[in-house]
Amino acid sequence: MNHKFLPDVATALREAGLADNMTLSFHHHMRNGDYVANMVLEAAAQLGVKGLTIAMSSLFPVHEAMIPHIKSGVIAAIDTDYMSGPLAAAISRGVLEKPVMFRSHGGRPRAIGEGSLKIDIAVVAAPCVDAYGNINGVQGPSACGSLGYILPDVEHAAKVVAVTDFVSDEALRHISIPHNRVDHVVCVDRIGDPTGIVSGSISMTRDPLALAIARNAQAVIRASGLLRDGFNYQTGAGGASLAASTFLRDDMRKLGLKGGFLLGGITKYMVEMIEEGLFESIFDVQCFDLSSVRSIRDNAAHQEISADTYANPKQKSCCVDFLDAVLLGASEVDLEFNVNVLTDSNGVIIGGSGGHNDAAAGADLTIIVAPLVRARLPIVVERCTTITTPGKDVDVLVTEQGIAVNPRRTDLIDRLKAAGLPVCTIEELREKALRITGKPRPMEKGDRVVGLVEYRDGTIVDKVYAV
Amino acid sequence: MKTFRTMLFMPGNNPGMLASAGNLGADSVILDLEDAVAPGEKDAARILVRRTLTDLRPENVTCVVRINGLDTPYWRDDLAAAVTGGTDVILLPKCEHPDMLREIADFIGTSSRNGGAIKIMALVESALGIENASAIASFGGPLIGMLLGAEDLTAGMGAKRTPEGDEIAYARGRMLMACKAAGIAAVDTPFPFVTDMEGLAKDAAYAAQLGFSGKALISPHHVHAVKTAFMPTAEQIAWASRVIETAEAAERDGKGAVSLDGMMIDLPIIKRAKSVLQMAE
Repeated sequence: MNHKFLPDVATALREAGLADNMTLSFHHHMRNGDYVANMVLEAAAQLGVKGLTIAMSSLFPVHEAMIPHIKSGVIAAIDTDYMSGPLAAAISRGVLEKPVMFRSHGGRPRAIGEGSLKIDIAVVAAPCVDAYGNINGVQGPSACGSLGYILPDVEHAAKVVAVTDFVSDEALRHISIPHNRVDHVVCVDRIGDPTGIVSGSISMTRDPLALAIARNAQAVIRASGLLRDGFNYQTGAGGASLAASTFLRDDMRKLGLKGGFLLGGITKYMVEMIEEGLFESIFDVQCFDLSSVRSIRDNAAHQEISADTYANPKQKSCCVDFLDAVLLGASEVDLEFNVNVLTDSNGVIIGGSGGHNDAAAGADLTIIVAPLVRARLPIVVERCTTITTPGKDVDVLVTEQGIAVNPRRTDLIDRLKAAGLPVCTIEELREKALRITGKPRPMEKGDRVVGLVEYRDGTIVDKVYAV
Repeated sequence: MKTFRTMLFMPGNNPGMLASAGNLGADSVILDLEDAVAPGEKDAARILVRRTLTDLRPENVTCVVRINGLDTPYWRDDLAAAVTGGTDVILLPKCEHPDMLREIADFIGTSSRNGGAIKIMALVESALGIENASAIASFGGPLIGMLLGAEDLTAGMGAKRTPEGDEIAYARGRMLMACKAAGIAAVDTPFPFVTDMEGLAKDAAYAAQLGFSGKALISPHHVHAVKTAFMPTAEQIAWASRVIETAEAAERDGKGAVSLDGMMIDLPIIKRAKSVLQMAE
């Protein structure tokens, strides 16, 4: 029997040397179907450790189970790129004494690499492990595709523990994490709920407003002059972003172009584009659906990359720097084009940068897509409640009611106007929204700081206050 | 005229949709007080439509209000709300006779100082309306166009509505010719098979080829395809620009008839070129 394989999580944690005040890291490829982080923290609590720092690339509603561990002192600090659900709401209300460190997907591997985020034990939710302890994410009942976000942790952590629900009889051919980085392996019944890991299919929006925004966004890309052979592109899986990629596909077919790479969270729509030959390759830090899980397993043009390669600004090179265009969302955009994707208009935590400020900084053309009015409130505000992406990295705000270009991009303003697009100033967009909504009363911030917002380079750009 | 190219029906009792009226790409929006609104909601819809016209009026979009038919107790209140809201156009459903147009034209004239600016369109959706198409089309004055309503028409005919539309070929032809003879716009019926995008593209291309000024739509998802169908091709636009340039140069040089690519450029050609460029805007 391989000495790596241990009977349960508690034993593995003990063997890995778990002690008070250590930092445990996790990744979020299982998304809202993740069982592993909760399982490990439960075991840690039973071992009686206190004062842990949880460094997890993103936290979802399922991680509500961490709240009792915060209250009991098992968890003393959280370091993450994104958080949503009851845990986020509890943090906003001040359940955790120490402010949460919010990083970006590129800032996290930077911090790990430079040692400012020191990981004692990295925990891998491993869909498939072989007898040696090699790991991949593409086989087994909980296959989630890329394991890109945990790769920097595995490289730098003192110890690595893999938790799996599938041990392959054969030695793995597709290896994401080699056995020599894996200290212990634990087999459990299930590491996640596949329906929460990835949705079986992400469906295209039929919301006519989202489609109008998407059409405008693609018109901006077309008019920018960047759409040519070798075009590199990233977009999210939100309604308008996803729809825009189908308009992009139509344009590329029409113009007979072949793009370079597609980047970011991957969906079947991107997979279809490489299969059709519209792009050379996909660089994948995370799969969003089962089609992309299959593709990363079977298609050599669909490559797994680490968060380091994706977006670390201190790496010798990273993919976001090669982006021609990126489409990103926002909960608020202010008059200086700063973007908030972390808090809602009441100041409650609803997300985080993720790759937002990384891709914005890297891409030649950064487009924010958002409806002008959301839930009775204007999307354009005087000053963002929380700044996650600085306005210097944002080029265009596309809404269904008009397109505002950052004034420093005079070249782009000229191009879009020449193409007949409805270009206006961001102030005009705000006025337009206010005519519909009236002026909302400003939100009152609490005094207590519950979160620090780190820009990808390590600078603290804002603070999140308790509500 | 772009007004008629894409005319999108929107329920008059849906505030969320009405707030987006200007953002769906349609050249006109038809704020509906008739079939989309249940009897119990007529008054609320009237208020909402009037407020949309006054406070949330979409920019660069023609506003049309479809009132209830003259055989209902609602039409006067509908008309009053639309007129005080300042609608651009009134769409009269179930129009079968020019007298019906007279009735609402008089009402608009007496209920508003500004009534003269408000135009009327006739929605023809019965066998009688089709047979009276010439009489209706030649009403003159505020009447700017006719719209074919094939759903009610085929129901009345006992015909089955199909994506191919053979059953409405006669009605299309008859209404179209009446409009052309009277010099008003002819707007084609909506395509009712909402998710059949291929059928929609064919149907819209066919209507454009026949010479319709545009098409009414019942889904915002149809806007783009119909616009594309009625949009001149790049070659047509290039041709039209050259026609206009040649004609203008001839006029400057004091020449009478000129030719382009061996084709005589006379008034009908210039008119066609102008309408191509207008559609392409």
